[in-house]
Amino acid sequence: MRKAGLMTLAVLAASISGWVGVNAEDADPKRAQTARANAEDFAAMEAATAQGVDPATMSQWRRGGGERGTDGVAEELEKHKVTSPTGNAHLIGKGQGATYGNVTEHNVKTWDRETFKAAVEGSRVFHSSDELGSEIGVSCDMYHPDGSNTHPETYPKFQVQLGRVALLRDMINWCIENPVKGEVLKPDAPQMRALEAYIYAQRKGTPLSYGKR
Amino acid sequence: MKRRPIIKSVETKYYEQRDALFQGLQNLDRRSFMKVSMAAMTAALANGVEFHYHNFLPVNVVNAAPKPSLGGNTSAVGEAQSQDFTFAYISDSHLYERELNDRFVRQLLRAVDDINSLDPQPDFVLYGGDLAQLGAPEELKMGAEILKSVKAPVKMMVGEHDWFLDMGERWMDLFGEPSYSFDHKGVHIVVLMSVNEADFWTERGMTPEERMLTVAGLDNGIQSRFEVGSQQRAWLHKDLEKYTADTPVIVFSHSPLYHYYKPWNFWTEDAGDVQAILRRFENVAVIHGHTHQMLTNRIGNIHFHGMASTAWPWPYAPEGLPALTVQMNRADPFNASDGLGDGTVHVNPDGLVDKLYNLWNRNPRQVTSRYVNSNGQDAIPQQPNLKSY
Repeated sequence: MRKAGLMTLAVLAASISGWVGVNAEDADPKRAQTARANAEDFAAMEAATAQGVDPATMSQWRRGGGERGTDGVAEELEKHKVTSPTGNAHLIGKGQGATYGNVTEHNVKTWDRETFKAAVEGSRVFHSSDELGSEIGVSCDMYHPDGSNTHPETYPKFQVQLGRVALLRDMINWCIENPVKGEVLKPDAPQMRALEAYIYAQRKGTPLSYGKR
Repeated sequence: MKRRPIIKSVETKYYEQRDALFQGLQNLDRRSFMKVSMAAMTAALANGVEFHYHNFLPVNVVNAAPKPSLGGNTSAVGEAQSQDFTFAYISDSHLYERELNDRFVRQLLRAVDDINSLDPQPDFVLYGGDLAQLGAPEELKMGAEILKSVKAPVKMMVGEHDWFLDMGERWMDLFGEPSYSFDHKGVHIVVLMSVNEADFWTERGMTPEERMLTVAGLDNGIQSRFEVGSQQRAWLHKDLEKYTADTPVIVFSHSPLYHYYKPWNFWTEDAGDVQAILRRFENVAVIHGHTHQMLTNRIGNIHFHGMASTAWPWPYAPEGLPALTVQMNRADPFNASDGLGDGTVHVNPDGLVDKLYNLWNRNPRQVTSRYVNSNGQDAIPQQPNLKSY
């Protein structure tokens, strides 16, 4: 845990040093080098005085994307198209003005960005046999390119082979256990949440028709 | 009192006709009668006329006469006339190494069993491409060994999953040239390498494995669209030069050679150019892989038929599905190997093809040349009751 915490600081320091080199006074290369060396010193200082970050916080940070953060999003979007969330721009300036004030543009951008990130993370898991824990190298996109043919709008529906009324997550788990041959996911597992987000995202605009076969 | 209409039985009609014929002959004396009947018989036999057993009227018997030899400069075809024949196909097996995934291996073995137990045996077996999943030497080697147990001769074709790990080095070592042509019973058959892609990996500094993984993702947008390429189109043009327009032509291709759905590379970028080269022939059939589904299309003189996969079925694309296609039922995830299979193609004497999909766990489906030629009016295959949505 401590190492990971220190790694973050190193990344932070590296990004700071990059930022430091941009100043006009640092145009002189020797000076710039000194500036960078200082950033490294700073990183060392930080490392020496760093406190271990508690495991719960670390795992929460990792769940949010960890070091990948928003970088992973660009990489994933280069490969796969993910439907963007329904826009909320029409809500800017609205609201009752109570406790949190009216909706601002910053709010709308945050909601849309975070929602989209969840769907993109789902795309990443969907297309990765490793993330799904497949023992046979199979990933969801082998039967469902771009999340097609998943029909999330038809759940809940009775599925005789599962012996009960299934939700989308039950079907996902059945697929992970059988064709994909991975380990079943807990309903609240980050991969399950991501997969659901992606599958719903790709079917945006389809009317709900629960029970449809 | 109303008179009830008299309905004559077939037997009654037969005897009435027979009596009428002999009545007419009775007016002749015996010698003339013999002359007439002999002449009639001879004439009848000369014209292929027989007396049908159902009625006593002479009926012309139509024989499917073989086409006259293609004369002139078609020495490549020789004196072989177009006879009808059948070939089988197995396609898109996507083998992983056996230790990792034996499901795809078992499915390919099942297809090989199917083809080997056909009686009569097909003239040859087309392998439709994507033998390996990640182009690995072990995958290709295992696939080659499995295909050795096919009794009929195998004609190999390459798919993108075979190619992009090492740009086809290993595949060519095992199977030879990726594009070639041959003649069979009066039909000219061309095998194309139609999954070339413009270089997308060098600028990204991808390793061969990364390049292969990119191409292996059907919906991975980084890869380029498939194309036959100008070099191979030139080769195709030259190869077809010496054949007359009435020579039946069959093209084997991995990508569909038309534009179906671009995001999934159900697409050949230079399809228009390839179709232009094929346009002058009367009857052309394209048998293609890659789409893992029942697929039918017609563009002008060209009939397009997709092959089923032995590994997994693809869903129908959200748009671009050719109007002629009669879908196969949605694959049932709870039914292993549903939507998969192999099949045969029957080539008629005129070169038109009837395509049989031997779908495992389902009734076989046939898409005939009559259906495609009539633009979907005649001989319509059974409609699915579980369409894609």
